Amino acid sequence: MITLENVSKSYAKGQPAVNDVTLHVDKGEFVFIVGDSGSGKSTMIKLLLKELDPTSGTITVNGQVLNKMRHRKIAKYRRGVGVVFQDFRLLKDRNVYENVAFAQRVIERPNRVIKKRVPEVLTLVGLAEKYKSKPNQLSGGEQQRVALARALVNRPAILLADEPTGNLDPKNSFEIMRLLEEINERGTTVLVVTHNREIVNSFRKRVISMKKGVIVSDEQEGGYVEN
Amino acid sequence: MLRISTIGYTIKQGFKNIWTNKMFSLASIATMGACIFLFGLIFSVFVNFQYIVRTAEEGVAITVFFTDDADQARIDEIGNEIRGRSEVTQCNFVSAEDAWNSFKEDYFEGDASVAEGFQNDNPLANSANYEVFVDKVESQGELVSYIESLEGVRKVNQSEAATKTLSTVNRLIAYVSVVIIGILLIVAVFLISNTVSMGIAIRKEEIGIMKLIGATDFFVRSPFLIEGVIIGLIGSAIPLGALYFMYNKVIQYVLEKFHMLNSLIQFLPVKQVFESLLPIGLVLGMGIGLVGSVITIHKHLRV
Repeated sequence: MITLENVSKSYAKGQPAVNDVTLHVDKGEFVFIVGDSGSGKSTMIKLLLKELDPTSGTITVNGQVLNKMRHRKIAKYRRGVGVVFQDFRLLKDRNVYENVAFAQRVIERPNRVIKKRVPEVLTLVGLAEKYKSKPNQLSGGEQQRVALARALVNRPAILLADEPTGNLDPKNSFEIMRLLEEINERGTTVLVVTHNREIVNSFRKRVISMKKGVIVSDEQEGGYVEN
Repeated sequence: MLRISTIGYTIKQGFKNIWTNKMFSLASIATMGACIFLFGLIFSVFVNFQYIVRTAEEGVAITVFFTDDADQARIDEIGNEIRGRSEVTQCNFVSAEDAWNSFKEDYFEGDASVAEGFQNDNPLANSANYEVFVDKVESQGELVSYIESLEGVRKVNQSEAATKTLSTVNRLIAYVSVVIIGILLIVAVFLISNTVSMGIAIRKEEIGIMKLIGATDFFVRSPFLIEGVIIGLIGSAIPLGALYFMYNKVIQYVLEKFHMLNSLIQFLPVKQVFESLLPIGLVLGMGIGLVGSVITIHKHLRV
């Protein structure tokens, strides 16, 4: 599903953010990428979203080589990759329904599909009754659920989560993680970048640990590795 | 191929951009309005002047006189040769008698006794001529040279100064108009570009999200294109409407204030001016809006 071969990424001068990383993630896997600030884990997400191009190495996602991808094909590629962020990135002037529907409008789904899909996915994340609420009327946990609903509404094969619990209390963090687990059980490949030790240790999934741009450990059913 | 729902969404977003960015949009519409108003004004003056020049051109004639030995057969031949030229619109023969009668009417009107003194002795016996009218003043010079080269032609009179002045003023108005309109267009493009870039700055976060969830370049850009076109359309429709209602009033005012113009010039009717001004003005407004947006999008919205 996802393959990185000797991938490096350098910003201007200085040490590379990602340094000669090679890894493979199978379809349907749930993977934590952990590490301290500056370990390169967020750069990995940006590389997978093709927000950045690697300085060297090859990235293959869903059989598509990202390095060689033409600009006009990027939009279509991203439709197969859902993404959630620590700061939710919701549109503050639109309600829950419109925020989720936005993802469908962007990929030019017809209105009848939007009207069917949005309530379905809001039910999945437990926000069906709050569809009229604006983001500022929701708790952090609820906002992250909206972001998750938005990432899922286009039925992506891969879900990337960049510090999804970074702004949440422990209770909400665990709820979001359980939701991600449920999504994974439905067949979506999930990659979660985090430095939340408790969560990583609780869920016992594959854990890839990074330090200064290098993978220092890769364990199935692993725990948080202290660097 | 865009879906109807996507087209609807894009247009809605275009209007939303204008609304979110009210003050800048209003400023752009006002500037665009001023530009198109001035354009319309210059255009109206220009087409009216062209009309006046054209009318004057039609009235400017060349007079061809013949040598003493040219008999009527030769004079007819000369007439045919002149009529054969493409730039000639009319060629009328004026006999010596016609010339004398016309002279008498113009100069001895009300005092027939003076003319009678000449009795049957026509002082203009040598003044039979052709009155030749051309389609454009510019073609007069060449035609005169041609006629002068014909056998049996004694003299060709032309109103050279009048024709040259008319064509010079005509050309001058065209150049000045082009320069003024050009400057106005650049200002309008700049202002629309400014408004669109404000819109892009305000919606930066939304654009970022759009890109990440798979929006195509066109989908991201089109609301801003629509915004520019709408500003252009509104900014041109308002001044064109105002000009339409003002046109007749201004002409009426000019003719009332300057009575002497009444006999000299005729203005074009408003409908005739707007037959071309309306589509040109609207297309120009929308075009400026589009160009302003495209430039800005290329500069600030690399998606």
